[in-house]
Amino acid sequence: MSTNSAEPILSASGLIKRFGRVTALNGTDFELYPGEVLAVIGDNGAGKSSLIKCLSGAMVPDEGTMYLDGRPVQFKRPQEARSAGIETVYQTLAVAPALDIAANVFLGRERRRTGPLGSVLRMLDKPGMRRDAKIALDDLGIGTLQDITQAVETLSGGQRQAVAVARAAAFGSKLVILDEPTAALGVRESGQVLQMIRDLRDKGLPIILISHNMPHVFEVADRIHIQRLGQRAAVVDPASVSMSEAVAIMTGATTVG
Amino acid sequence: MAVATPEAHLLAASLVFNLSIGGSYMETVPATDVAASFSQRNGPLARVQHILHRYPTLSPGFVLVVASIVFTIFGHGKFQQLGTIGTILRQTAVLASLAIGQTLIVLTAGIDLAVGTGMLLSHLVVAKLAFDSGWPPFLALAAGAIVAMTLGGVHGLLVTKLGLPPFIVTLGTFYVFQSLGLIYSQARTISKNELGGENSVLLWMGKQVKIGSMPINRGVIVVFLMYVVFSFILSNTAWGTHVYSIGDDREAARLAGINVTRVLISVYLVAGFLYAFGGWVQLGRSLSASSNAAVDINLETITAVVIGGTSLFGGRGRLSGTLVGALIVQVLRLGLSLADVSPYWQNFAIGLLIIVAVTLDQWIRRVAK
Repeated sequence: MSTNSAEPILSASGLIKRFGRVTALNGTDFELYPGEVLAVIGDNGAGKSSLIKCLSGAMVPDEGTMYLDGRPVQFKRPQEARSAGIETVYQTLAVAPALDIAANVFLGRERRRTGPLGSVLRMLDKPGMRRDAKIALDDLGIGTLQDITQAVETLSGGQRQAVAVARAAAFGSKLVILDEPTAALGVRESGQVLQMIRDLRDKGLPIILISHNMPHVFEVADRIHIQRLGQRAAVVDPASVSMSEAVAIMTGATTVG
Repeated sequence: MAVATPEAHLLAASLVFNLSIGGSYMETVPATDVAASFSQRNGPLARVQHILHRYPTLSPGFVLVVASIVFTIFGHGKFQQLGTIGTILRQTAVLASLAIGQTLIVLTAGIDLAVGTGMLLSHLVVAKLAFDSGWPPFLALAAGAIVAMTLGGVHGLLVTKLGLPPFIVTLGTFYVFQSLGLIYSQARTISKNELGGENSVLLWMGKQVKIGSMPINRGVIVVFLMYVVFSFILSNTAWGTHVYSIGDDREAARLAGINVTRVLISVYLVAGFLYAFGGWVQLGRSLSASSNAAVDINLETITAVVIGGTSLFGGRGRLSGTLVGALIVQVLRLGLSLADVSPYWQNFAIGLLIIVAVTLDQWIRRVAK
């Protein structure tokens, strides 16, 4: 491990999650340090998505503890994780295609106008939300989307991903979880998303990246958490481990002490 | 997004070209694609598609204008008379009031087949309480509203808590409400005098007013105001945004932290309240209460919504479009008869228009890639 000089932002120890007789998580540990991109890889059924669901509040672990900034936390719903500063970009993107970019960035967190227009008429602060959505996109270096009032469905896949990431980055005060952000994208758009991940990291926002794509993982990750059989098999440094070695750990061909 | 078809590839390329996230990727777009995408995006048809996508009320508005011009030419000079227009507006009022709730439900990707029988049941409750039980009119109206919201609430609970498809739920309640209305009223009509005469609060909506020399009634004005209010709510409140987002992508709405169940139930409650409101407008229009009134209105609200450009798949559409759609239905009916076309052709024309409207909707939705 290379960056464990500081305290972890988010950590978990001994997470257990069972579904009937199936054990998805069998005492998984986890640490995310400030300012890093941590990739989580693992074969199907290794407990990768259960782990992420526990961290993002979409699932409650049966046992084990989680700490955010050193304080124990329990998330019963995604909203609780979100209000604690953990934002998740789901593989399905979770955008409303017919709504415009600004409405999507603020979906579920709409701002009202000040004064009686907001308190009595409950009127939305559309100009303010559009302005801030534009800022959020500009911060990601994607301000070239000219029209913030454009429906998201008129955007390409990579641009939609950018809107979802911008939303997460705008509201994720602690960290952002990206679930397979490049799975549905072509080469060019994947490159854009990987660049966004690096930019966010450079701004100091730690990122958990779940991906099946080894080249992408090795391109952006600072550390790689390898999940196997419901446990953390290893955490490796992509600079000192090859892709085939990582895959060997993932599949159990190699074990790490 | 996987680029599957050559057409999709061109569209994707054109979008990237025009709205490129990062300029550095532009060089990688093959020159031929760029050329092709230019003609694709700037073709007149594509431009029309984009404009209609952005302003969904344009196409029904165009139909209404064309229909009005045609009937002005072929209506033997009667169509454009203020009296005729006033009649159309008065005929549209009941349909339009119920079509508000229908629009809200369709925007959530649902449908309400029981809107007409729900309205009839609630207006019978109002009339019976006022006439048989001697309740003060305001109290009877309030009771009707509570009954109507209960009906809507039942829809909402069945759709959300039991997860039943709205089509099936409201098909069932369509019969149930109709039957309850007949049982409750014993299928008799409660007349104007029994409702307390023309100055009764129950018939308040029917009072004639004139705009200039155009005779309409209060119902027309109040329904129009309801459209203004609900349009504002839909486009300027968080609730409105959530209604759209649920119909657009329910899972995305849930993941964004929207309480989908609560929003859906509130939509059905509002639709229920509008049964009672529509019932009040109906009392003013027919000056009586009857379980046989407005038999076609269930499907006509859907017609108004669809012709008005709201997508039955949910998530897109405007309330103003529904108002135009409701007007188109009445303009076609009255206009065709003024133009001496056999009344048998009226439904033919409306049916054709529905199919054209849905075809157009499918085409417009293809902007989304």
